[in-house]
Amino acid sequence: MFILIGCSLLLAIGFLSAFIWSVKSGQMDDDYTPSVRILFDDPPQQDKTPDNTSLPKT
Amino acid sequence: MTIYESNMGNRQLLDTATCFHCGETCKEEILPFDNHPFCCKGCLTVYQLLSNNNLCGYYDLENTPGIQQRNPVLASAYTYLDDEKIMQQLLTYKDENIAKVIFFIPTMHCSSCIWLLEHFYKLDPSITNARVQFMKKELHISYNPKETSLRKIVTLLSSLGYEPAISLNDLEKRTQKDDHRKLSYQIGVAGFCFGNIMLISFPEYFGLDSFTQGSFSKLFGYINLVLSLPVFLFSAQDYFIAAWKGIRSKFISIDIPLALGIFVMFARSTYEVVSGHGIGWFDTHAGLVFFLLIGKWFQQKTFNTLSFERDYKSYFPIAVTVLRDNTETTLPVTSLSIGDRILIRNNELIPADAILLNGDAHIDFSFVTGESDPIRKVLGEIIYAGGRQIGHTIELEVCKKVSQSYLTQLWNNDAFAKDQRSSIESFQQLVSRYFTIALLTTAFVSAGWWLLMDPSLALNAFTAVLIIACPCALALSSPFALGTAMRILGKHQFYIKSPQVVEQLAHMDAVVFDKTGTLTQPSAAAIHFQGKELTSSEKQIIASVVSQSIHPLSQKIKSFLAQRNLLPVSTLKEITGKGLSALVNDQHIIIGSAAMANIVQQANDNLTTKVYVTIDGKVLGYFQVDHSYRDGLENVIETLRPCYDLYLLSGDNEKEKTTLLPYFKNASHMHFKQLPADKLSFIQQLQSNNKKVIMIGDGLNDAGALKAANMGISITESTSHFSPASDVIMSASMFEKLPAYLAFSKNTLKVIHASFIISLIYNIVGLSFAIQGTLSPLIAAVLMPLSSVTVIAFTTISTTFISKKGGL
Repeated sequence: MFILIGCSLLLAIGFLSAFIWSVKSGQMDDDYTPSVRILFDDPPQQDKTPDNTSLPKT
Repeated sequence: MTIYESNMGNRQLLDTATCFHCGETCKEEILPFDNHPFCCKGCLTVYQLLSNNNLCGYYDLENTPGIQQRNPVLASAYTYLDDEKIMQQLLTYKDENIAKVIFFIPTMHCSSCIWLLEHFYKLDPSITNARVQFMKKELHISYNPKETSLRKIVTLLSSLGYEPAISLNDLEKRTQKDDHRKLSYQIGVAGFCFGNIMLISFPEYFGLDSFTQGSFSKLFGYINLVLSLPVFLFSAQDYFIAAWKGIRSKFISIDIPLALGIFVMFARSTYEVVSGHGIGWFDTHAGLVFFLLIGKWFQQKTFNTLSFERDYKSYFPIAVTVLRDNTETTLPVTSLSIGDRILIRNNELIPADAILLNGDAHIDFSFVTGESDPIRKVLGEIIYAGGRQIGHTIELEVCKKVSQSYLTQLWNNDAFAKDQRSSIESFQQLVSRYFTIALLTTAFVSAGWWLLMDPSLALNAFTAVLIIACPCALALSSPFALGTAMRILGKHQFYIKSPQVVEQLAHMDAVVFDKTGTLTQPSAAAIHFQGKELTSSEKQIIASVVSQSIHPLSQKIKSFLAQRNLLPVSTLKEITGKGLSALVNDQHIIIGSAAMANIVQQANDNLTTKVYVTIDGKVLGYFQVDHSYRDGLENVIETLRPCYDLYLLSGDNEKEKTTLLPYFKNASHMHFKQLPADKLSFIQQLQSNNKKVIMIGDGLNDAGALKAANMGISITESTSHFSPASDVIMSASMFEKLPAYLAFSKNTLKVIHASFIISLIYNIVGLSFAIQGTLSPLIAAVLMPLSSVTVIAFTTISTTFISKKGGL
């Protein structure tokens, strides 16, 4: 019984610290952009030279 | 052109082509590229840049996401960003290999924008990271300062149409936004403790004492005590601080009974647990704090992309080009001193009062005076700060410091120093004052009575009264009703600074309108041609001539005629203040004032602006500029008239007095030729007659009046544009709905009244238990959340309901 209570409290404290960590790392600062960002697909690469694409062509 | 047409298939190109980049109708020219039409060089350049870098995904996410690029920003405009001092102030972090900066980008508007800005590193490999915070319209950029410079990044951003708004305000220290995070922590901690305390209190609720026996009961009590400590010390601390502040300034607010309730609840529960009398009210205590914090959080959600505190500093540029020893340097505006010679280019702003030394000055004072026609200045004249030069570069000598110039002095007025706290007491403050007094009286009376009857129960009853009467539901009703109202209004583009403003809005009884930009629509200042209808070749000729001139009237006529193919123009002469004369196809064209066209004007004609056109000496007619009033103006005024005193204040001359008189009925309520300071004092004069005034205006010239008024509403064409400091920012397109907004605010107040009654009923029920000394922890634990939830549900639902009913 005592052990069970201890376990449940420990578990709850674990979740609390997870919450505090998430606030600290800025996850609650912006609640809109990530919902859009997740929908972005990388376009299929037409030319198979990936090194070129990351450099601007002049 | 033919390939282009056939490829585009069913799209009707020549007449209705819309730009692939910005989505505007191509009026003056169509530039085809990659089978897409573009309206101007600027848009095309952006497209080319993006397609060269494989960034055309920009156009897949949304249709025509781009931003009009017809008037690209000059590359020289950002030279000030190379200045080490300015750069230091803008960067949030810098070391040898990495520098971080946060830009505010007002033009950011859709998911394509997010996509492009977050792929910004593809355009400039020295940018290591780019993150968007859309709600704040912020772009966080990390870059390598060895490979690129802040100026290059800003120039690149601007060339794409995402010009960061950098202003004097940014240079002052940003306020920390830790408040929001602290509240998140407080809610998290309170929620965690609330849940666990409830769980541990279950045996007590169900009377499982026989099962748990004494030892467990004691253990649970101590666990609850430990769990309550963080709620009491951390989550609830703001209420104690607020209550203490209130007591010190002799101001009875709702925080006092709240803090008292929280404190008494904790103290008595601790005593009971330690002395072994019972397990106390820890569950109610944690729940109360949790609900209160939720209410606070709800109220704190404001429109943080909008700035309600802007003054001239956010309108003025950061730096200006200064001539010293014949070399051009850029200097921060704040360090301009008297005697400096400054260069002002086309479309740049004059930051300080200065004397014109060189060049042809056409100054657009629309932001300062509300007058939209540019004013010509001669050499040696003083030009007041805030004007925008239109035309060629001019040279000026500064004669007053930025902070002391004619315009900025407005901000030295007392109205700007006044405390933000409103003079109108909110309903909650009013009620809570009586409530607090009544509560304390009840507590002491019941304690006194029990002292006589049964002294052992006295302390019990006294604390029970304070616990149960803790005005949790009362404190929640206002935030939820006002917060919901604020969000509903925000959806209708009526952005309110803080929820309290909704309530204050309901108390107003006078409305003062500015004219230019508020009642009139600046962008749609309509032009029409009076005379014989123009043939298409005549239109072409006129458009060819006016396109040679940068005068705003010429530009207006040009866009009115919307001609794409222009003819070559020879021997063009522009006579300043009069008009143009030129040869096109061997025909002699004169476009300009009556005097220029040799026409005798009738005496009463001087009030409107007319531009006459003659070809080979024959008068074709004239273009007339009319101010067009906003849609629904008549309706708005008619609806407001029964409840409000209406006034008009205009910086303009009296030429529109007769057209506006039918609206305002009373000529003594209309005032023209008002300087910014006059407007301010007019508002103060109304207030001294006990009027509660709403001022509705735009530009900087209304800034004083907006600030002085009980309620300042600034109206703006686009919320990304500048709007002066005010309580409400309202989208101009929603002007018609103004009466509906005001009516809605009054109804919201009624909802608050009703919810106060509901929460008072709960309090009275609870009190009836408390004064009898029979309040059990279980009743408290049920009553408190129940009352909070009813009040929250009632206010949110009924506020939404009245908004639907009011046509919002």
